[in-house]
Amino acid sequence: MVKTAKTQAPNNPPARLTGAEIMWATLEGEGVTQVFGYPGGAILPVYDALRKFPIHHTLVRHEQGAAHMADGYARASGKVGVAIATSGPGATNLVTGIATAMLDSIPIVCITGNVSSKVLGTDAFQEVDITGITLPVTKHNFLVNRAEDVAPAIRYAFQIAQNGRPGPVLVDITKDAQQATAEFDFAAAKPRPHRPHPMLNVEEHGLEQASELIRNARRPVILAGHGVIESGAEKQIYALAERAQIPVALTLLGLGGFPASHKLNLGMMGMHGESWVNHAIQEADLLIACGMRFDDRVTGTLSTYATKAKKIHIEVDPAEVNKNVKVDVALMGDLREVLELLLPRISGRDGSAWIKTIEASKGEVAVRDIKNLPDSGHLYAAHVINDIWRITGGKAIVVTDVGQHQMWEAQYYHHEWPRSLITSGGLGTMGFALPAAIGAKFACPDKEVWVIVGDGGFQMTAAELATIVQEGIKINIAIINNGYLGMVRQWQEFFYEKNYEATPMVSPDFVKLADAHGIKGLTVRTRPEVAEAVNTARSATGTFLLNFKVEKEDSVYPMIPTGSSLHEMIRRPEKG
Amino acid sequence: MLHTFVAYVEDLPGVLTRVASLFRRLNININSLTVGHSERAGLSRLTLVCEASAEAGHRIRASLFKLENVVDVDDIAQAPNVTRELALIKIATTPQNRSRIFDLVEVFRAHIVDLAPESLMIELTGVESKIEGLIEVLHEEDGQILEICRSGKMTMRRGHHISSVVKAMGVAADEAVEKPAEEDVTGEPE
Repeated sequence: MVKTAKTQAPNNPPARLTGAEIMWATLEGEGVTQVFGYPGGAILPVYDALRKFPIHHTLVRHEQGAAHMADGYARASGKVGVAIATSGPGATNLVTGIATAMLDSIPIVCITGNVSSKVLGTDAFQEVDITGITLPVTKHNFLVNRAEDVAPAIRYAFQIAQNGRPGPVLVDITKDAQQATAEFDFAAAKPRPHRPHPMLNVEEHGLEQASELIRNARRPVILAGHGVIESGAEKQIYALAERAQIPVALTLLGLGGFPASHKLNLGMMGMHGESWVNHAIQEADLLIACGMRFDDRVTGTLSTYATKAKKIHIEVDPAEVNKNVKVDVALMGDLREVLELLLPRISGRDGSAWIKTIEASKGEVAVRDIKNLPDSGHLYAAHVINDIWRITGGKAIVVTDVGQHQMWEAQYYHHEWPRSLITSGGLGTMGFALPAAIGAKFACPDKEVWVIVGDGGFQMTAAELATIVQEGIKINIAIINNGYLGMVRQWQEFFYEKNYEATPMVSPDFVKLADAHGIKGLTVRTRPEVAEAVNTARSATGTFLLNFKVEKEDSVYPMIPTGSSLHEMIRRPEKG
Repeated sequence: MLHTFVAYVEDLPGVLTRVASLFRRLNININSLTVGHSERAGLSRLTLVCEASAEAGHRIRASLFKLENVVDVDDIAQAPNVTRELALIKIATTPQNRSRIFDLVEVFRAHIVDLAPESLMIELTGVESKIEGLIEVLHEEDGQILEICRSGKMTMRRGHHISSVVKAMGVAADEAVEKPAEEDVTGEPE
């Protein structure tokens, strides 16, 4: 996707500035108003220059948090998130956050300080080869050791991060480059025009084939992925689904790309997708994959995946085409642009018989659904999340961590709008939720932001509670506390004979922990308390923490075990 | 199958690591890799040979293109091409076997590039099988091979073809492209 960066060239004529000042001035020119970071020796010149620029810096408690905040900021806003760290451990602490952004194609720019260029490669204090370390988890990275190279590198980084398939870029600036002076000319530092991937190719022939397949399909399904949101193709997907009456299945990261309430929305596909979604995919005679990459979590065993279906793949990254699933028609290009070309060729078609078949397959499942079970005195995570959805009117930005609660969120919080679910899909990074939510709140200060997090993941980055307090921001935190690393426990239950090794987890009293930070909180143990607690949190002026003590050994259903076919699901057992 | 990729890459520090890292990540061994200056200032040309499945070719090429410093990638695979390798071979000699080695060098159209009292150095250019052929007969000659240094393959498509991507960048070789393609004048076997 080719985005024109909203760049506001500073008015002043070229001036002689230090590398550190050039860094900030370039960020300002790129439209950055918010960064997340942590100072240290090798980045001190940058911090010293910060006060001269209209950019807000949020001090994090761990650099992983800075990368996740930049990531959450980018996911919520669609803009580039920026994280800053010092050399050595500061830089390595960013790596998990960078890899998270890489796997989910999130545009962030990370800036690290490094030791002076004269001692590079000598194992100087806090020196680490961060461009080497991050090479496989960034789209690109730069080692800058001259002040005059700072502005071109940062501007180039912003271009790379946003164009094509987005992703993280790291700029490592040596301390002497921060201290030296150079002429700063924002306009002259502009990178050469973005070169689209040379294998991107949407041929007339391919469009014709695709529209022919859609015309003749009797059981088509649209598979909508993260690309819908990244490309801004929500309207086009909507138009395709409506015009040709094709049901839409979504990937985890695609949720919000097509309204949950729409009658053509089937819901999430894959390992924890509802049975009718996966059955529809297995029965389909045409799959139209839009900005998704046939990840192993959505296909199950490849040899039995959708064997009856022809496949059309619309994808911005040519390396993803035919990687996991061999497709019949590949339209390699930006999803929105390709759909704009395809839509005029699609005419109305009657999809009612196929939709009826899918509807009929829902019947027994809807009754089985846990959210319809009568209150048994036990508090279920599904109840909690469904209540939060109902009370917030589905209008909140929900940031989840990784594990059971993440899947329950995907099942029971129904997303109508893009960028309303922020979650680590590809890398599955525990500890993501709290810092990413802080980033999302900075991106959308007027939106209600909810963190849904497990007791395990919360403790990985709980230190960022102090960041919340220092910044005075308001988010709502719902800990789904079952005393286990729940998803791992579930795997142990199903596949390791209930050998619950290293999954029972002792946690601090989260309400007291919040209190120690000056954050109010409540523990909730029964279903009737949920609604009031959620409302208390929402109406509180500051950040509020809800500690939901839920059923300890509940599992996420349905589940497709790894190595099984998409239609071979473990179902929720009948309760006696 | 054996893949031969020809790529134009920016002549900058770390670029080779980025290319090599891609193959490392896919757990693909690089059989040979040659890098040198190209017809365009600031761009290096590399020829990389590796063993991978037929389907992997598309993905490797697509992934190479995703590297910022990679300007163009060509998967030569089955296309008509000229492939050459350069070898330097140092062999221990005695006054008795020296003249026979001279004869072999003549037959292979190789050159003696260094002659010392107890050894000599042979330079040979050709396709892989030709180099291996010489090495084999040298072994049979009881000559002790002291060192072998092989450049790895260099490949160029036959005929008019030049990189369209590099051409679009305004390559200086436009005139040469207009000329009729010359035959492989050396006529060496492949």
